[in-house]
Amino acid sequence: MKVEILNPAVEFHDTTVSYDRKPVLWNIDMTLPQGSLIGIIGPNGAGKSTLIKAAMGLLPLASGYVKIFDGDLDEHRKRVSYVPQRESVDWDFPTSAIDIVLMGRYAHIGLLGRISKKDRSLAMDCLEQVGMQAFAKRQISQLSGGQQQRVFLARALAQQADLYFMDEPFAGVDASTESAILNILRNLTQEGKTVIVVHHDLQSAAEFFDWIVLLNMRLIASAPIENVFTQNLLQETYGGKLTLLSEISELIKKRNIPSRENY
Amino acid sequence: MESIWKFISLSDPNIISVVIGSVLITASSAVVGTFSFLKKKALVGDAVAHAVLPGICLAFILSGNKNPIYIIIGAFITGWLSLIIIDIITKKSKLKEDTAIALVLSVSFAIGILMLTAIQHSGNASQSGLQSFLFGKAAALIGRDLIMFSVVAVILLLMVVLFFKELKLIAFDESFANTIGLPVKALNLLLTSLIVMAVVTGIQAVGVVLMAAILITPAAAARFWTDDLVKMIILAAIIGAFSGWAGSLVSYVAPRMPTGPWIVMVVSIIALISFFIAPKKGIISKQLELAKLRASILEENLLKELYRMGEKDMNTSNAYTLDLLTMQRHFPIKYLKPALRRLLKKSLVFKEGNKWSLSEQGHQKGKRIVKLHRLWELYLSTYLKIAPDHVHEDAETIEHIITPELESRLEKLLDFPKKDPHDRKIPY
Repeated sequence: MKVEILNPAVEFHDTTVSYDRKPVLWNIDMTLPQGSLIGIIGPNGAGKSTLIKAAMGLLPLASGYVKIFDGDLDEHRKRVSYVPQRESVDWDFPTSAIDIVLMGRYAHIGLLGRISKKDRSLAMDCLEQVGMQAFAKRQISQLSGGQQQRVFLARALAQQADLYFMDEPFAGVDASTESAILNILRNLTQEGKTVIVVHHDLQSAAEFFDWIVLLNMRLIASAPIENVFTQNLLQETYGGKLTLLSEISELIKKRNIPSRENY
Repeated sequence: MESIWKFISLSDPNIISVVIGSVLITASSAVVGTFSFLKKKALVGDAVAHAVLPGICLAFILSGNKNPIYIIIGAFITGWLSLIIIDIITKKSKLKEDTAIALVLSVSFAIGILMLTAIQHSGNASQSGLQSFLFGKAAALIGRDLIMFSVVAVILLLMVVLFFKELKLIAFDESFANTIGLPVKALNLLLTSLIVMAVVTGIQAVGVVLMAAILITPAAAARFWTDDLVKMIILAAIIGAFSGWAGSLVSYVAPRMPTGPWIVMVVSIIALISFFIAPKKGIISKQLELAKLRASILEENLLKELYRMGEKDMNTSNAYTLDLLTMQRHFPIKYLKPALRRLLKKSLVFKEGNKWSLSEQGHQKGKRIVKLHRLWELYLSTYLKIAPDHVHEDAETIEHIITPELESRLEKLLDFPKKDPHDRKIPY
C-alpha cells in the first residue's frame, strides 16, 4: 500500500542503508506529504531510527538518495530539525535546560556568532511552550525523563524549522508529557509544518498520526492512516520476519560485498 | 626553608619565569582538557603525550640541539600522527578505540625510549637534559621558553573562547551538531589540535609520562563543585594553575626531584579531597544525607509503633517502656535511645520515668505514617493485584517516601477507604 504525492516534504528514492556493511533498510521508495503528522511504525529492529538518521545525513546511504523539499539537505539545513533519542546523550553534562534550548539557535547564530538577547527570549518562549519555563536554570541531570524530552522538543522548536524528524519522543514519558508533546506537534502541523515521528506503540499511533509509514527492513506501507490499519498490512509488518532477507544481509556483511557493483 | 621563601616571594627573575611558565602551561592544559574529559576521550591525551617523545628525539637527532622550536615542531608532528593512526585503526579494522589507543601509546613510547637511549649513547654533549622530558623539569624553564608558552596559552584560550558554544555542543550532542550543518569534523580537528598543542608545551613541565593527568584531573576535580560549564572550566584552570605552581616550587627547592610527579600528586590530592568533601556530589555529603534519611526513617518508625501500640490498647496516648517498644518491633538499642532523645527534643514524645508516650504532634505524625502504610497496602492489592500477605514489606519503605501531594492523590484515588487489605482501620 503506497500513496505517492506531489510536492512532498521528503522523498526517499530507492534508499538502502547499511550499518557496518549490513543492510538494515532495503530500497525505501516513498514520498511524504507536507503539513502532516507522520508516524513511522514497525517492530524493534525494523530500521525506524535508521531511516530518519539517513534522511538527516547522519548515516551514509548505500544506494539511492533522499530529497528534502525537492532539494539537497544542505540547501535546507535551517528548515530541518532533528530530535535524537533521549538516551543518545549524557544528561550529566554540566549545563542548564535553557542552554540546551539555545543550541537550537546555533545554526542561525552561525560560527563565531554570539548568543543575542533575542535568542534568549526565543529560547525562553520555547521552554514555555513545553511547560518548562520554571526549570530553565535547572541542571539537566536533575530533570525527569519526561522533562528532558520536553527540553529536547523545546530545542527543536527554537530551530523554527519547517520539517521535524523526531526519534521516539514519546518513549518513557509520563501521561501529561505525552499529551503536551502531542499538542505541540499538532500545532506545528496546523501551521503547515511537517512532523515525522518514529513511534513504537501501535495502539496510540492510531490516535496520534494522520499519515503512517509501516516499516520492517523494507517499506510495507506509506499512506494516510485510514488506508493503513488493515489486518493484512499489520500482519506483514509485525508478523513473519523475512528471514531470507536477514540472512542475505548477514552474508553481505561477512563477505564484505559492496551493496552496489562498480562495474 | 630559605629557598621556599625565596620562591614564594618571587625574588629572583628566574623564579618568575619558572612560575609563570608552569602556571600558564597547566592552566591552559586544564581548560582544553575539560573538553576531552566531557567528550569522554580522556585517554586520547595520554596517547598523544606518549607519542610526542619520538618526535622530540627525532627533532634533536636532525637538528643536533635542544632548540625549543625544533623540539615543539617534532613533538607536534608525531603527536598528530598518533591521533591519525588511532583514527585509522578504529575505522578500518575490527579493533575498538580503547585498543587502538593502547597500541599507539605503547608502540610510540617504546620507539621514543629506544631513540632516547641511542641519543644518550651517541656522545653528543648537548643531549643532557633531554631526559627531563620524561618526567618534566619545571625549574629548567627559561625566558626563551616563556614567550613560547605565553603564545601557546593565548592561542589555546582564544580558541576556546571563540568556539566555546560549538565545542560545548560537540561535547554534548555531536549528531545534533551534524544535523544543523556545523563543521563537526573541523571542530573535532580543532579540539584535537588544541590538545596536541597543550601536550607539546606541557611536557616540559610535567613530562610525557604524566601529561594526561594535567589535562584530565583538574576537570575531574572541578566537576564535583559545579554544574555550570563556564564555572567548571575556570575552576579547572585554577586547580591546574595551583598544582603547576606547587610543582615548580618543589622543582626549585629540590632540583633533583622530577616535577611531573609532584604536579600530579598535588592535582590528584585536590581531586581526592573534592571527591570526599564537595557539597552534594562528594562522598561525605552523600553519606551524611543517607545518615539523615536513616535517622528520620527510624524516628518515623518509632512514632508509628507507639501509635500502633496505643491503637491496640484503645488509647494512643498510653506510655510504654523500651522493652515493650522493642518487643513490638526490633529496634537496635544503640540507635533507639538517641532517636527517642531527638524525638523528645522536637517534643514529639514525652518521657515519664522509664515510659514513653506520644505528644499531640507526635500522635498526628504517627497516625499519618500508619495511614500511608495502609493506604499503600490497599493501593498495591487493588491496582497491582498483589496478594494481601505480600504487600507489607513494600509499604514499610513507601510510607516514608510519599509526599503530601501524592498522599492526597492516593486518598482521592482510593476514595478515602475505611479498611486496609488486612481489615485494619485506616486512620484519618
